[in-house]
Amino acid sequence: MAPVPPAEPASASATPPTPPWWRDRRVIPWVVQAVVGLLVLLLIAFLLGNLVRNLTAAGLLLSWRWLQQPAGFDISESVIPFNAQLPYWRALAAGLVNTIRAVLVSLVGATLLGTLVGMASFSHNGLLRRLARVYVEVVRNIPLLLQLVFWYFVVFLTLPNGVAAIQLPGVVLAKSGLYIAGLGEGLRWVGPTLVNGVWQSPLRLSVEFGALLTGLIVYSGAFIAEVVRGGIAAVPKGQWEAASSLGLSWFATLRRIVLPQSLRVIVPGLNTQYISLAKNSSLAVAVGYTDLYSVAETTLNQTGRAVEVILVLLAAYLTLDLLISALMNGLNRLVQIRER
Amino acid sequence: MKPFLRRLRAELFATPADALLSLGLIAVLSLAAFGFLRWAFTQAQWAVIRVNSTLFAVGRYPVEEQWRLWLLLWLLFAATGLSWGVLRSHPRRDRSGALWPRNDRIAAVLLVVLGLWRPWAMGLSLSIQARWWGLVALLLLVRWLAGRFGRRFGPLGLRLVALMWPVLYLVGMVLISGGLGLVAVSPSEWGGLMLTLLASSFAILLCFPIGVLLALGRRSDLPLLRWGSVLYIEFIRGAPLITLLFLGQNILGFLLPGGLAPDRVWRAAWVLTFFAAAYLAEAVRSGLAAVPRGQFEAARSLGLSYPQALGKVVLPQAMRVALPAMVGQFISLLQDTTLLSLIGLMELLGTARTVMANPAFLGKNAEVYLTLAVLFWCCCAALGLGSRALERRLDPHAVPSAT
Repeated sequence: MAPVPPAEPASASATPPTPPWWRDRRVIPWVVQAVVGLLVLLLIAFLLGNLVRNLTAAGLLLSWRWLQQPAGFDISESVIPFNAQLPYWRALAAGLVNTIRAVLVSLVGATLLGTLVGMASFSHNGLLRRLARVYVEVVRNIPLLLQLVFWYFVVFLTLPNGVAAIQLPGVVLAKSGLYIAGLGEGLRWVGPTLVNGVWQSPLRLSVEFGALLTGLIVYSGAFIAEVVRGGIAAVPKGQWEAASSLGLSWFATLRRIVLPQSLRVIVPGLNTQYISLAKNSSLAVAVGYTDLYSVAETTLNQTGRAVEVILVLLAAYLTLDLLISALMNGLNRLVQIRER
Repeated sequence: MKPFLRRLRAELFATPADALLSLGLIAVLSLAAFGFLRWAFTQAQWAVIRVNSTLFAVGRYPVEEQWRLWLLLWLLFAATGLSWGVLRSHPRRDRSGALWPRNDRIAAVLLVVLGLWRPWAMGLSLSIQARWWGLVALLLLVRWLAGRFGRRFGPLGLRLVALMWPVLYLVGMVLISGGLGLVAVSPSEWGGLMLTLLASSFAILLCFPIGVLLALGRRSDLPLLRWGSVLYIEFIRGAPLITLLFLGQNILGFLLPGGLAPDRVWRAAWVLTFFAAAYLAEAVRSGLAAVPRGQFEAARSLGLSYPQALGKVVLPQAMRVALPAMVGQFISLLQDTTLLSLIGLMELLGTARTVMANPAFLGKNAEVYLTLAVLFWCCCAALGLGSRALERRLDPHAVPSAT
């Protein structure tokens, strides 16, 4: 038992001494913020001052007039018409459209692959289950850039050309491109055909695009598979048992009972994966696909307009991310449980 | 054998459809494995790796200065053995306290096999092979000595070991870059695996404090700090790393007064650091969110100051929760270093590209990329394994295991 301290005089406890202002709980936070804010402002002012001074010295002060000048380089594959005489902004727009095209297609592909693999990891078949695990573990531990160059240089660029090309039903894989069956003239279904040693088909994708798509789909598919697996695991086991006691097959249980319930866990996770897929598409430059980043790099090399190009790039990718986020948040509201 | 067959039947051949699927998968897998093995042993020409092994390891580091890297390697192996041994010499309640538990025996055998077989298989010269044998022998010897006698130093030994690594990192930096009487080697001559490990370890070490501060800022009650952190984190997370690296290479020179901007390698390392900090902040934030508010309030009411309550009560718990996410970030950071090759730096992938630009090795893509993939896979898988082990060790509810 510690000795009881002598009682303090009543007058001291009645009127506690007011602390000096620098120890006042109401003042400290504002002082801290003011100091931090001032420091950050000073840093920004310092950096911007340098930027303006250095840019003026280099004669590159912020201006957007160069966007109207002819680009002078060509884009090998562009959805919107483009040639070297068109201005820079058209080149950047073509790059953006190419990026969006790659993101959209690989988004769909990765979702399909990821869902299938995520489902496979709940299969009765031990081999299939382990295969799904191995796929995820292998792909997640190898850098995406390495996978992309592997698909491009090792797989797609070593495809044979002409008669030797790999022919699958409706699809021909050749070094000159990927030829896919589609609706030809007069709305007839036309498959790839060999004309004078050159493949022709309604739909042709470049090998660059093919490599980018394969790489992105395989890589993101592994991450999406993990999201799907987590979502399915979050559904109580009783749901499986109830469904199978009603006589539903494994696939029907998954499709009708488990997957719909797991969506509310899966969708927020998918949002993250889709955004990183959109950002990862910028690695297209490594396989020679002219996406936004690749066009921007060429533009910078030709004009030296580093600051403006960076601003365009950042704005474009931020917008893309926000767009995906907004769409996925809308989807998320749809799949959440509505409580009455 | 019976239970094995029964399990096989339950796992692979439960129903006719299952059996069909299994047989199909087995056929496809064995065909693929056969094709790959045939390629790897008959067609593949691994000389491209053998001949360029130094390039892949350290890039164009000057030959006459490479003894410094060997010295660093000796130090690293000794330090690893020391830490391993000292950790084992302090048995935990849940361990039997054996000098060589089962996992350690496996690791030791693996090390010996790798150290004997790999340099030989790579066809390295005998003197270099001998160095690798020496390195492995040193590691195991130090491990044994530290495990045997480490206990005599008590808890002080553990602290010294913890202190040794930062010191070793600084020593390594000096050994690699020069200074203090050593000839300076410019960062443009660093490359290969060394640059990959250097950039990623630098970013991992420095992004940690920045990330924790950002996470605290984002959860702060002060609006200016909170919004500042949110702005930074969301801006960085919204942009692809390659655009930020691009920004670092092309704009940093404009942002700093002339001559102050660091070398291209260091610029990239700093960009990686600030990039990783934003992601790490989110991982730490999720950890902070998992600590009940009562913990902080209890600590404060016990008379701990704000930094004390944070540092001694809240953060340790938050870190334990955030550990898997943080290690995940570190793994992706290690993978992200490959992007340095896109801005012309000679890390592993950049080195691979220059090697394959050499007419003598044209078209050896598969060999080189597969080797890099195995290398990266091993590094990342090791990080993941280590993280899981650490998680188990830090888990207060873990069931004590026998090993």
